[in-house]
Amino acid sequence: MSLKDSKNTHAELVKKLDLQSRKSIFGDNFFKALVIGASLYTLLMVALVFFALAEGSIPIFLKEGINFVIGTDWNAVDGRESFGALPYIIGTLVSSVIAMAIAVPISVGIAIFITEMIPKKLGTVLSFVVELLAAVPSIIYGLWALFVFRFWIRDFIEEPLHNTLGDFSLFARAPFGLDVFTAGIVLAIMIIPIISAVSREVIKAIPHSQKEAAYALGATRWEMVRTAILPSAKTGLMGASFLGLGRAIGETMLVTLIIGNAIGLAAIPTSLFSQSQTLSSIIANEFNEASNDLHLSALIGLGLVLFVITIFINVVAIYIISKVSKSYSNLRE
Amino acid sequence: MIKDTKNKDKDYKSIIQEHITKNAPKRKAFNNFMTILLFVFVIVAIIPLCSILVEVFKNGFGALSFDFLFKPPGSIGSGDGGIGPAIQGTLMVVGFATLIGAPVGVLAGVFLSEYSGSSRLFAYFLRLFNDVLTGIPSIVIGIAGYITIVLTLGSFSILAGAFVLSIIMIPIIARVSEETLKLVPNTLREAAYGLGLPKWKVVWHIVIMGSKSGITTGIVLAISRIAGETAPLIMTILGTSLFFSAFNSPVDALPLRIWRLASQPYPSAHEQGWGAALLLILLVLSLSIALRMFAQKRSITFKSVT
Repeated sequence: MSLKDSKNTHAELVKKLDLQSRKSIFGDNFFKALVIGASLYTLLMVALVFFALAEGSIPIFLKEGINFVIGTDWNAVDGRESFGALPYIIGTLVSSVIAMAIAVPISVGIAIFITEMIPKKLGTVLSFVVELLAAVPSIIYGLWALFVFRFWIRDFIEEPLHNTLGDFSLFARAPFGLDVFTAGIVLAIMIIPIISAVSREVIKAIPHSQKEAAYALGATRWEMVRTAILPSAKTGLMGASFLGLGRAIGETMLVTLIIGNAIGLAAIPTSLFSQSQTLSSIIANEFNEASNDLHLSALIGLGLVLFVITIFINVVAIYIISKVSKSYSNLRE
Repeated sequence: MIKDTKNKDKDYKSIIQEHITKNAPKRKAFNNFMTILLFVFVIVAIIPLCSILVEVFKNGFGALSFDFLFKPPGSIGSGDGGIGPAIQGTLMVVGFATLIGAPVGVLAGVFLSEYSGSSRLFAYFLRLFNDVLTGIPSIVIGIAGYITIVLTLGSFSILAGAFVLSIIMIPIIARVSEETLKLVPNTLREAAYGLGLPKWKVVWHIVIMGSKSGITTGIVLAISRIAGETAPLIMTILGTSLFFSAFNSPVDALPLRIWRLASQPYPSAHEQGWGAALLLILLVLSLSIALRMFAQKRSITFKSVT
């Protein structure tokens, strides 16, 4: 092998490497573009949802103005159109509030029970079962609630309440089973797994030293939970609850099947056992039968209202949870 | 003075002692009460699951037959026919949605885990909007799909349904991908760079291929989520009683069919509804049980994704 030869091979090698690095720079840029493109696409989808709804609801806001949000009349008949969303906003809020009132204490209780009160292995099994509840599609909850659960509610909860406390307007209506109360309860069952899963993460993140300190002072297990866990988990549990609330407000099929689907003024619940309607359920019920463009635009407008409400709630939840995880990482350091 | 403090000290101790001994039974009893109460909460949460499973199996099993699985629905109220188009439609819509949603979701996850260092603000917004997208009600996404695809094409179609479901999938897949890619140890990346590999090869061959199973987990999780979606399908694929014919005509899906059947007043329709529910719940629960057992082995968490 002469010197010249080796020089040649060296030059060739440099050339080859150069070519390769150029290729890999191209590959790098191409792959980076691909990855950034996918990320932009995700952002684009959020924008698309918002602008599609905003554009679609322009006609109804032009016609009804603020009346669309505070009006109570809902009439899709040609020539007598009038669209007021207030009853459905109220129905959404009432059913969600009922759901939250039931779901939050139960979910937090489950989270505490699973993390603190039973052996770890049993806890894994139990949380597995509770999380399976989250996997069941909402249409199946709806089917079950419509054919099975509403009779339980009517016979075992609503009728006793109506018979004993019927004088109060809260329990005044003769119970039928398809009402805002049943919808709230089934919604609660649906959001329990979500709230309890996030609550469990929050409770797990609390430093052990805090619990040990409570035990060292002679606290019973419940006293430890009350003094060492609940105060520092409070914000995190609130974030978890807001996530659940976001779900409850947007839930559609189950509510559509069991809330009774009242229209207009009748959809404002006057008692727990009134038929009602939510933003999402009226969209699901009327979308395919929308008789004219204005009706369709009104339904899209309801979607926009729902979008704004849920975005607000979710952003609050995300903010709370991120703040909490930050404060925990400080604690651990 | 010293005596005084000693006395006080003693008093303090004895007060505590007294308090503890006096209240001990009460406190113990309250502790037991709360333990039992929380246990009851767990039972209360599990009863619905058991009841749903029992009812769906009990009522749905009778409906299953060859005709039920493969024939299109018969005339309303007759109880003839089956849910063939719904099964076919669900498989197709979910399949197409995965074709769009999986690559985009995985790549967005790759960005968050591998490329976010260079542009933190963008990564922050991407994470934020991912979470926002997870929180948007599916019916609202459905309306957006109706306006952008159905009105543009002029007809309800499988494309619109797949597009809408892919939007629901993307944030789930992106989140799980990010979490699993972050589990790949940095030493592996360093070793690959040390061998002179360009970044994209490191990311593709080492990071992505190394966490294939975790990424698959995310995709299957998203599939089990969208398989049961109903609301967005109302305004995109509409539902029909015919088998798939063209990409720009309505198709059917299991959840939609269940909804239609449950809304009819005929007992025969209800039985078919339970049958369809049985198929759907078998599909969704088997997917998610398999996933969770798999995920537990590999310690992948789903946190707020579920």
